[in-house]
Amino acid sequence: MLGFTIRRLLQAMIVMLVVALLSFTLFRFVGDPVNQMVGVDTSIADREALRERLGLNDPMPVQFWRFISNAVQLDFGTSYQFKQPVSDLFARRIPATLELSFMSAIFALAVGVPMGIYAGLNRESAISKLFLSLSLIGISLPTFFIGILLIFLFSVTLQWLPSFGRGDVVQIGSWWTTGLLTVSGLKALVLPSITLGLYQMTLIMRLIRAEMLEVIRTDYIKFARARGLPDRIVHFRHALKNTLVPVVTITGLQLGSIIAFATITETVFQWPGMGLMFLQAVQEVDIPIMAAYLMLTAFLFVAINFCVDILYFFIDPRLRVGR
Amino acid sequence: MSVLEIQDLRVDFPSRKSTFTAVDGVNLTLEAGKILGVVGESGAGKSTVGNAVIGLLQEPGFIASGEVRLHGQTINTLSEADKRKLRGRKIGMIFQDPLTSLDPLQTIESQLVETIVTHLPLSSREAQKRAVELLDSVGIPDPEARIKQYPHQFSGGMRQRVVIALALCAEPELVIADEPTTALDVSIQAQILELMKKLCTERNVAMLVITHDMGVIAEITDHVAVMYHGKLVEYGETAQVLGAPTHEYTKSLISAVPRPDIRVERFPSVNYIEASEKPTRNIDISTHWLGQSRDYAKISGPLLKVNDLQMKFETKGSIFASRREYFHAVKKVSFDIQEGETFGLVGESGSGKSTIARLITGLYTASGGSIMFGDTELTSLKNPRQVLAMRRQMQMIFQDPFSSLNARMRVRDIVAEPIKFHKLASSGSEVRQIVSDLLDHVGLGTAAGEKFPHEFSGGQRQRISIARALATRPRFLICDEPTSALDVSIQAQILNLLKDLQQELGLTMLFISHDLAVIRQMCTRVGVMRHGELCEVSQCEALFDAPQHEYTKDLLSLMPSMDLLSRADL
Amino acid sequence: MTETSETPASKKAPSTMERLLDSDIFHAFLRSKVTIMAAAGTLILFLLAFLSPWIAPHDPFDLASLDVMNSYMPPAWIEGADPAFLLGTDDQGRDILSAIFYGMRISLIVGFCSVIFAALVGIGLGLIAGYMGGRIDALIMRVADVQLTFPAILIALLIDGAARGLFGSLDREVFSFWILIFSLSLSFWVQYARTVRGSTMVEKNKEYVQAARVIGIPSWIIMLRHILPNVTGPVMVIATINLALAIVTEATLSFLGVGMPITQPSLGTLISVGNDYLYSGEWWMAIFPGVALALLVLCVNLLGDWLRDALNPKLR
Repeated sequence: MLGFTIRRLLQAMIVMLVVALLSFTLFRFVGDPVNQMVGVDTSIADREALRERLGLNDPMPVQFWRFISNAVQLDFGTSYQFKQPVSDLFARRIPATLELSFMSAIFALAVGVPMGIYAGLNRESAISKLFLSLSLIGISLPTFFIGILLIFLFSVTLQWLPSFGRGDVVQIGSWWTTGLLTVSGLKALVLPSITLGLYQMTLIMRLIRAEMLEVIRTDYIKFARARGLPDRIVHFRHALKNTLVPVVTITGLQLGSIIAFATITETVFQWPGMGLMFLQAVQEVDIPIMAAYLMLTAFLFVAINFCVDILYFFIDPRLRVGR
Repeated sequence: MSVLEIQDLRVDFPSRKSTFTAVDGVNLTLEAGKILGVVGESGAGKSTVGNAVIGLLQEPGFIASGEVRLHGQTINTLSEADKRKLRGRKIGMIFQDPLTSLDPLQTIESQLVETIVTHLPLSSREAQKRAVELLDSVGIPDPEARIKQYPHQFSGGMRQRVVIALALCAEPELVIADEPTTALDVSIQAQILELMKKLCTERNVAMLVITHDMGVIAEITDHVAVMYHGKLVEYGETAQVLGAPTHEYTKSLISAVPRPDIRVERFPSVNYIEASEKPTRNIDISTHWLGQSRDYAKISGPLLKVNDLQMKFETKGSIFASRREYFHAVKKVSFDIQEGETFGLVGESGSGKSTIARLITGLYTASGGSIMFGDTELTSLKNPRQVLAMRRQMQMIFQDPFSSLNARMRVRDIVAEPIKFHKLASSGSEVRQIVSDLLDHVGLGTAAGEKFPHEFSGGQRQRISIARALATRPRFLICDEPTSALDVSIQAQILNLLKDLQQELGLTMLFISHDLAVIRQMCTRVGVMRHGELCEVSQCEALFDAPQHEYTKDLLSLMPSMDLLSRADL
Repeated sequence: MTETSETPASKKAPSTMERLLDSDIFHAFLRSKVTIMAAAGTLILFLLAFLSPWIAPHDPFDLASLDVMNSYMPPAWIEGADPAFLLGTDDQGRDILSAIFYGMRISLIVGFCSVIFAALVGIGLGLIAGYMGGRIDALIMRVADVQLTFPAILIALLIDGAARGLFGSLDREVFSFWILIFSLSLSFWVQYARTVRGSTMVEKNKEYVQAARVIGIPSWIIMLRHILPNVTGPVMVIATINLALAIVTEATLSFLGVGMPITQPSLGTLISVGNDYLYSGEWWMAIFPGVALALLVLCVNLLGDWLRDALNPKLR
């Protein structure tokens, strides 16, 4: 267990290092940082002084090392457009994105898992076929278009739910703001969460169905049936548990990518999160924000994957117990 | 009253093109404490009989007519819920492959207890106690400790014991065993058969054993039913049927079984299953391309000389050399093969015999030792031209007829590839002619070249493999379990073909098999392998008559006795 | 029953066409009404898209024919519409129906190009990684792992941002097309590589590959002639599903304003433009291109889904 954890941690760190190198390359070589920071009227001497102060004349490995050690201390430099520290900008916007991602992940799992189990066990039933057709439509509709349709239906036509923003938020602690404690905040969460979670939900459902169909055909399920075990035990104790191993991996990957997909949903609903800020940064070529966003999403993704790997240990005894 | 009665059973599998009748008009009865064997080759419908009895026919199969009665009660018309109550409680089932029959994520205990609790009115504590007793009775040592373990912590033979314990959980009256020992080594097979026989008598259970193996039938059954293409062709007491078969099919089936106790020059011609025994068009091999231009250098001494050959696989990687762990598949093996002889390597799974074949052909790289082919040291060969020249001289025939041919290539392209690659023919039309001759010579006919491998049966595919191996005009042929995936009558044909080819072409052969009986029919000299070591090398007949090494003696004593089998045709 | 019946070896072999018409895949196709409809739908949409210059009722890019008087026309069945514009017009007076045909063409071109590039790179690297194993395999797969950390959208956004930084405000009309294809291919190759690698590792241990090695055939010929044809099944499935995914991703990027420019609008660009008028009542400008996009993607996805089931021997 310990060796396994250490190995996984090492791998995660290597991935993060590569991502950091990418971020650094982006930061250092796309456009000139100095030109972005100063006005057009700054003299060449002043520019050179700034360059020296920022350490841009140091050897590359030194600069990279400085970049990493700053990143570890959550210092990602100053935004070109806002002239504020990038970490402050992110801190203000992280709660909105995390709340949205969390709610849509819950939605995706709570609806997708039962649907997938049902469709896997009752392959030929009419409801399964309906689920499958719905899931195909869900996959085929682009996220942003689902958002537009929902806004058109529930905000513009029916006027039940707000079409943009977070509603009223409550401050918790020094920097966290939540929309979960007010009615308008909760109402504002409904449409964006469904929009963001729908795609993941269909994927999870289809994956569980497919894995269930595979597992149902294995010898040990046939043998369990031949022993006269009731369907309940065959399906849930034997089939479902064996389905989990691959499902957990992909689900982990999917939940990790929710954060990135939030960019689209945040744009459609003008949700004041990191994604919206990132998109603006792309359009304005605000490299420090882009670099920081890259590191942040990669970190969340790697962290989720790490948790998934550890989860394996509790699911699969073949990893846990030696011969 | 009989435990099991099967009357006029017919099972149909409707498909897109037609309805396939897998079992047709089968009548069987089985008494308590007796073992009934159902024997037949693939496609005979023997497994379908077992599945029909327990009510688990594979979709879209169904019982078209007939009855299955358990203690006089008709069970094939019961509702699904009532059938489920019978499964496990009244009818137990043992599957073929112990490695896949157990849920890998549950302990042995939980799988046993859930089955016991489902069928018997016991508390979970009583069920646990019973589970331990069951494990003990199927011969698992230290059952209290081992019951807490997971399936992957058990060996194949032990797992099959667990599967038997699971089948016996609720004291069923009938146990169906579908090829219970096919996936096991011969030494484990003997133990499992003995256990099954013992449990059957002790617990007064009726047992239906489905197998393709005449040895299993001869060893444990009281009665035997011989099936062919869904029909019952012969049915009676085992000694009677095996000793004096009356039906033509039974006769040819028995005559095709290789005997460990006698050597025959050729198997009697078995044409009942699959014709095409003889070449479809006779070619004078001595004047043909195949026989000509044996342009290989003459050598004195053995053709192949293996010295201190070693092979280890890394089982646990590490960046530190000292922490790496290895599995030694081949440990310091030495032997040599004379030109023109057939050298056999025999051993159980994991003994390293196939690894040696792959080392000689260069599929693996040896960790140590030397392989001399004629005067050439193969392990140090670097020059690609020389490597190719060596490759051309030795070819290999593989075990699995289904994966050894590229499914996306036509048969003619498969056979032509080595000829074209080694530029052994001067023109395209010559290549076509040679391919056609080769296909004729192995008994397939020229027209077979236009088809794809999936259109052929296992035996026919093995003939294609042989044609491909001959296409480089090799002098040395390695056969790695060439018939172990085949039915016994097809095996007899392929072995005959290999013998003929060896004589016609003067081939030298390395013949690898787990089956001592096959080895006896094929080889001049034999090496016995165990755990990567060569225990004994001796003349074939001497090995069977007077084995020297303890392990060889064990292996020979564990062979199922074939004394019951008729010798009429030999 | 799975056993092959004993076919007499001398029976005449059927031709390739006969094989196809008799194949299980073809019969599975005929059995599924949904699939036939999806195939027909795909075909029609493809034809409409690629023949748009000849069959579209108007040329939305011919500035001379545009008339501001025609702008904001509702669809033909609504009061105050001009029957010449079946699905209405946009803010510039462009015919929505024609714009959809042209937009679909651009969406499809981007989709096909990125799928082809991604497949070439992915299949090549997957074959090499799977067949060679060892360090090469580890290297390729670690790169793929890092790549997987970022969803396609994110990669495309980053590349677009970097391109803006590097090339400044160079001609976006020329560049955005290639940036799109580059970033889409870059994010899709991993899936091919992983699948092909997996299948290759299974295939390379099969005895037909070993037989080829024993004959002496060099690795690259084995990879191309023996292994590649045997791994095309899963590749076809991925390619089909990826085409749908590429179209969606392109539309999303265009919607976010980093895809195709307004002068060469894809379906996503059209929706993006229409989205601004959603609240003011001109809903047709966003909804119709959106429906066209959804239909196109749905048909392709249905085909991909069916193909996956038809090629999966376990589900037969």
